[in-house]
Parts: sequence; C-alpha cells; structure tokens
Amino acid sequence: MMPSKNNHKAQKNSLNSQDIQYFAKQERIYPKRVWGKYRKLKWLAMIITLGIYYLTPFLRWDRGPNAPDQAVLIDLKNAKAYWFWIEIWPQEVYILTGILILAAIGLFFITSLFGRVWCGYLCPQTVWTDLFVWVERIVQGDRNARKKLHNSKWTFDKIKKIFITHFIWLLIAWATAGSFVLYFNDAPTLVRSFIEFDVSPTVLAFMVGITFSTYLMAGFAREQVCTYMCPYARFQSAMFDKDTLIIGYDEKRGEPRGKHKKGDSWKNRGHCIDCTACVQVCPMGIDIRDGLQMECIACGLCIDACNNIMDKVDLPRGLIRYDTASHMAAEEKGGKEKFKFFRIRTLYYIAILSIVSLTMLYSLVTRSNLELHVLHDRNPIFVQLSNGDIRNGYVLKILNKTHDNRTYKISVSGIDNPKIDVKGAGKMNENKLYVPADSVGSYHIYVSANVKPSKRRDITFTLVDETGKLSSSYDSVFVTQKGK
Amino acid sequence: MADKDKKEIDKISGVETTGHEWDGLKELNNPLPRWWVWVWLVCILWAVWYWVLYPAWPVPGGATEGTKGYTQFKELAQSQKEILARQQEYLDKFENASFDQIMNDQELYAFAMAGGASAFKDNCATCHGSGAEGSKGYPNLNDDDWLWGGKLSDIYYTIKYGIRSVDEQTRISQMPAFGKDGFLDRKEIDAVVSYVLALSGSVGDHGEVEDYSLGKKVFAQNCATCHGDNGQGNREFGAPNLSDKIWLYGGKREDIFYTVYNSRAGVMPTWKNRLDENTIKELAVYVHQLGGGEDENYDMSSQVDKEKVADDAKQEQPQSTKE
Repeated sequence: MMPSKNNHKAQKNSLNSQDIQYFAKQERIYPKRVWGKYRKLKWLAMIITLGIYYLTPFLRWDRGPNAPDQAVLIDLKNAKAYWFWIEIWPQEVYILTGILILAAIGLFFITSLFGRVWCGYLCPQTVWTDLFVWVERIVQGDRNARKKLHNSKWTFDKIKKIFITHFIWLLIAWATAGSFVLYFNDAPTLVRSFIEFDVSPTVLAFMVGITFSTYLMAGFAREQVCTYMCPYARFQSAMFDKDTLIIGYDEKRGEPRGKHKKGDSWKNRGHCIDCTACVQVCPMGIDIRDGLQMECIACGLCIDACNNIMDKVDLPRGLIRYDTASHMAAEEKGGKEKFKFFRIRTLYYIAILSIVSLTMLYSLVTRSNLELHVLHDRNPIFVQLSNGDIRNGYVLKILNKTHDNRTYKISVSGIDNPKIDVKGAGKMNENKLYVPADSVGSYHIYVSANVKPSKRRDITFTLVDETGKLSSSYDSVFVTQKGK
Repeated sequence: MADKDKKEIDKISGVETTGHEWDGLKELNNPLPRWWVWVWLVCILWAVWYWVLYPAWPVPGGATEGTKGYTQFKELAQSQKEILARQQEYLDKFENASFDQIMNDQELYAFAMAGGASAFKDNCATCHGSGAEGSKGYPNLNDDDWLWGGKLSDIYYTIKYGIRSVDEQTRISQMPAFGKDGFLDRKEIDAVVSYVLALSGSVGDHGEVEDYSLGKKVFAQNCATCHGDNGQGNREFGAPNLSDKIWLYGGKREDIFYTVYNSRAGVMPTWKNRLDENTIKELAVYVHQLGGGEDENYDMSSQVDKEKVADDAKQEQPQSTKE
C-alpha cells in the first residue's frame, strides 16, 4: 500500500529515523480471563440483555381474536407496533420520538453520574464482543494460549481450533439475526417455517446481512468500533465532570511503580508492582495507568485484576478503582469529598426525563381507540346550490383502533339545520359509517345549510360509535363566501 | 522531513508529530486505522467498476456508454411502457363497460375517477377552474344546477359534442338579443328583469315594491317558450332555470339586463376530436361525482360496501407472516 511505500522511502533517506506510521494497524488484543465483582456484574448484564433479546419474541400477550398475540411485535405489513398493552399506529410515531429522547437523556444522565456504564456493560457491541471472546477462550484457551496459537504455524490442531471458533461465532451471529427477524413476524410461525425451509427471501436477506455484520463486528472489528466508529463513545466524554465516577488509577499511591519481591519493603516506592495485570485483561488494549482515555469503556475489569493482585501482596484494594476526580483530588490533600448525586447537570437531566416521561404517560393514558380527523375541501371551498343553500365538502378520516368492525354516527354543530350527505358510499349515511377493525375509514361528506354569506363559521364534528362509549370531535370551519 | 532520531512528542496533547513543520506549526500524527484505508480503496474500486457499467466520462458527442447501455431516457421509456401496459389491463374492461357497470365496479370506478381527475386538469380546468368551481360564464360543475342535464349520459354527450361547437351534433340554442335587435324597448326589458329577479325570490335592487304586471306580460310573450311559465328552465334547449339561486352570468339587475338586451351564448368545444372515447367516459364519471351528479340510482355498493371488503380482507389474511 501507498503509506508503507512512503515509509520505506523515508527510511532510506534517514536510516536512523523511526518509522512514522500514518496508518495504524489494528493491534490484536487477547483479553485475559479475570474474576471479581465487575466481571460478575458483566456476566449478569450479558445474561439479562441477551436473555431479553433472544426470548422476548416468544412472549405472548392476549389481545383478542382480531389482533396478534405476540407481546412485542413490529407489524410492518399492517403498519402497527405492539408492546404488551401498548399499541402504536403510524400516526402515533411521536411515541417513538419520546422513547428516543428518553433513551438519549437517560444515557446522558447515567453517564454524568456513573461514567460510561452503557459502554462497559450494556452496549450490544460490548456484550457480543464479550460473548465472542468467551467462545474464543473456551476453544483456544486463555490469553497466552491464544497468542501462541495465533503466532504458530498452521497445523491440523490450529485449523481445527480456528474452525470451531468461527463456526460457533457464525452460529451465534445466525441466532442473533434469527431473533431480530422474529420481532417483525409471528415468532412461532416463523420458527416453524424455518424448520420447513420455507422462509421468504426478504427474511433471508435480512438474516444474512445481520449475521454477517454481527460476525464482523463482534469477531473482528471489536474495539475498533468503539474507538473509531461510535459517536456515542466520543460525546459521552462531554457528559463527564469532576463528580462523574470514572475508572482511575491512584497515581499518588501507585507511583513510583516497580517490580516487587516478597519480603521487600514498601517504603519509598509506590504500590504498583508493574505486573500489567490491568493491561492484560483490558478488552480495549489500553493501559489505565496512563490516565482517563477516550478508548476506556469503563468495564471495570482492570479493577478486578488489580484487586486480585493487591490481595496477593497484602495491600489494600483500590489502587485502580471507580472514583470521581474531585474525590481523588481531595484525598490527595488529605480531605474527603462526598459523591454528589445532585448537581446542576443531573438536575437538568432529571427535569427533562420527568417532563418527557409524564408527557408520554399522559398521551398513553388518554389514548383513545377512536380518532377523527376532518379535512375541509380546498377547491372549491364552498358551493352555492340552486335552492340557495351553501355546501361545504369534507373528508372524514376515522381511525378505528379497536379490534372489532364498528359503525359510527357523525354530527355537526355550529350551524343551524345542517344536512349531511355521505358521497359515493352506497348504503352508508351519516348515521352509519362503517370502519373495519384496526383500520382507517375515509368518507367524503357534504354539509349544506341555508345560511347567509358571511365570514367563516367555526363548526365541530362529533363522531360517536355504535356503543355510544367512544367518541371523538374535530374542529373545522364552514365557509360561505370568498375571502375571510 | 523525518530527519530526527527520535519521535517528537507534542507537549500539550502528548501526541507524536509527523515531523512536518510550517512556521512553527507542527502536524500531529493521529494515524488513521488501516482498515479505514482499505474501505476507502474498495470504494474507489467500486467507482471504477461504475465507469465500466454506466455512462461516465464525457467524450466528444456525449459520454462513454457503459456496458449496460443504461440511460435515464431508456429508463423513462421503459417505465412509461410499463405504466401503459398496466393501464391497458383496465382499459380493455373499461372500453366496453356501461356507466352502470362502471359505477358498480370498484376497480373501474377508481380507474375512471383517477383518469378523469387528471384529464380534467389538462383539458377542462382552463375554463372551469382546477376545482371545477367555474366563474362568470363558465358553469360551476360542483353544484346541482345543470343547463343541459346532469345525468352521466347528458354529461358525456356535452363533453363529446360540445355546446354551440363546430360539431354537427353539438348542443345548440340561441336566445335572441331582445334589446339590440329591437324586439323589446328599454322599459319592457326593465320590467321583465324585475319580474325575473322576483322569480328567484330576489327583491329588486331598488327595494321598493314593484308592479310586476308589465314584466309578467313580457315574460309570458317572449321568454316562457323556452324558460317555462314559471321560469323553471328547459334542458332540451339548455334554457337556464331562472327561479333558482344560481346565475351563470351574475344575478344583479345590470347583469340580467345585459343578458336580456344582448343575449349570451357561451361556447364549449367538442372534445371528440381531442380526447379518446375512454377519456371522455372517465371525465363524465369524474364530473358527475363532483357533487351535483343526477340520477344516483347507481347502487355503488361495491365501492362502498366496506363490510364486504373487510370480510374479504380477513379471509385473505389468516396468519401469513412470511414477510
């Protein structure tokens, strides 16, 4: 490649100079196995998140005979989304906006308090990478064995191990893709059609795409995603302040670092024995002792590794620990600093979270199974009839969100003796407007009244269903002359 | 260039420099990941592949053609062909269908309405307005007042042959210019205008109670033949109903005076030479459905019988979840 050519030239010109790399090669990382508090937390987070992801499509939720019984389903064909007791129509996509706002502000909130918790424990990239590394370790062994295997010559054993690793990776990736498509289809039906080799090309295309990207991202790209691709990784640093929990190396206590033999004195030296355990376990391949870094996903595995070492050399734990910058600084001066939960930043986030949640709650609680929209005809805006009446046309859009076929009655208030005429709808009339279950009915109606031309009148349409329980109103106008 | 023995580290950022320096400004070296470079190169290859497949480089007299022979003109012609082929499926049925059949077939009706709406904007909107709302001298087609009849067959005939057009079968009638040609004097015209205004319930502009006896006499002698004894009009001659509230040329005293004195004779061209039979049929359906169409004995239940539509839909869709 071009860059290396350039480098060769540079090398020839000045033999002593160091090779400057303009393009960084991906360093292979072999995270070592570690056990401890945060590793446990990570396993737990993985089990929960993957459990939710893989099992949710199979949850059932009874919605009556005319609606799907899958608890979480995005029904693209009929343009409906189901989440347990909540149903969303395309018209209610603002709920999705609300969810996205909640997710974003929630992320900011958590990050400003506890650092990159999302990155370390919950992000799919982290979780699947962790899972893939686990597979790698089960098949090929721990850090050193993997390193050795990678650098060894190709033998039957190596081929076998590499093959098994990639095979399991692909299986997991395939299952991941399989779960993804289940969210958009009735899960048991789709699973059955998988068994019968009768899956539509659309589903297959999606599955191949997601399988391949899972395999690529969790098997190969790994930490490159966090460092170079992910925008969240970058802007989460903007949520940090001196009271944010970060993973920090206690430099004052640790330095100067050096090797330590049993029995040596701890005087005039730091507690860091430079064993590099923290570096070996890091899935991002960084050295936390260099300070807070952009690459750090705050998974806490270096804390576990260091604590295990501290236990062995009989020193207190916490040379690497979760702490805030202000607490560390205060401790350095001998003082103490409490963890501040309430700060202006967090109060902002709490306020926004509350407002958005309450708005969403309100809209969900007040959601009606009947909605009426009225569009006034634009051209012509009114028509003079031969008997002197004035006629206005409207399009009624009736959203029947129930799971039954319904008929509705429309009435209009605000003008005297309005005559309602439902146009081109056969047996339908203003007392009987039929709308099938879970769909939008559209009717063109004429309202005529014997009124003198004057400025436009405000009128209100009211729609009542056959049971009389559901009703919906919509304000419109009745126009009787040109201009206002 | 890189002629130092050691990598130089920038003090502030802690990042090594490339060794390049311009007036004291040094370039930091934050190396790009190598895979990123590969993605970039693959994208370039992808672009080169496009040069081969599609028109790309300008050459005298055009551009390199590409192995696929693709042009946007060809694509347009292809889509037009497909659209016409799709239309043809409906046209074959539509051509032989009666109005009754069209009004009672959901597909044919929707086809007629869509075709009519588009043909109306191309051909009729110039005079009748884009919403068919009309203007002085050009009838509003949304209302329930028809000069020559508001049934589908009437509308169809009017569109096809026109009114006072050059076609032999045109609808035609002529009101005399009573004033200009000296049939009536000014006083008689004034009287008949007052009478006509009273027929539709409008009080004369002057507001005073008028004596209608002269006007009534003049009307009976000159106007009633075509407009009817009570001014109710006669569609056979296209004679307007004078007792309703709709005035094609304005309902003020001076408008009506002008009409009686000079007469009016609006012209609508024949469309049979401009539009094909199917388009005229589509237009008839469209105009009929604007809100004033007469003879609504069409059942139209297939359009509309949503109960049936819903039941069909349910049968078609058991739990097909293959998508």
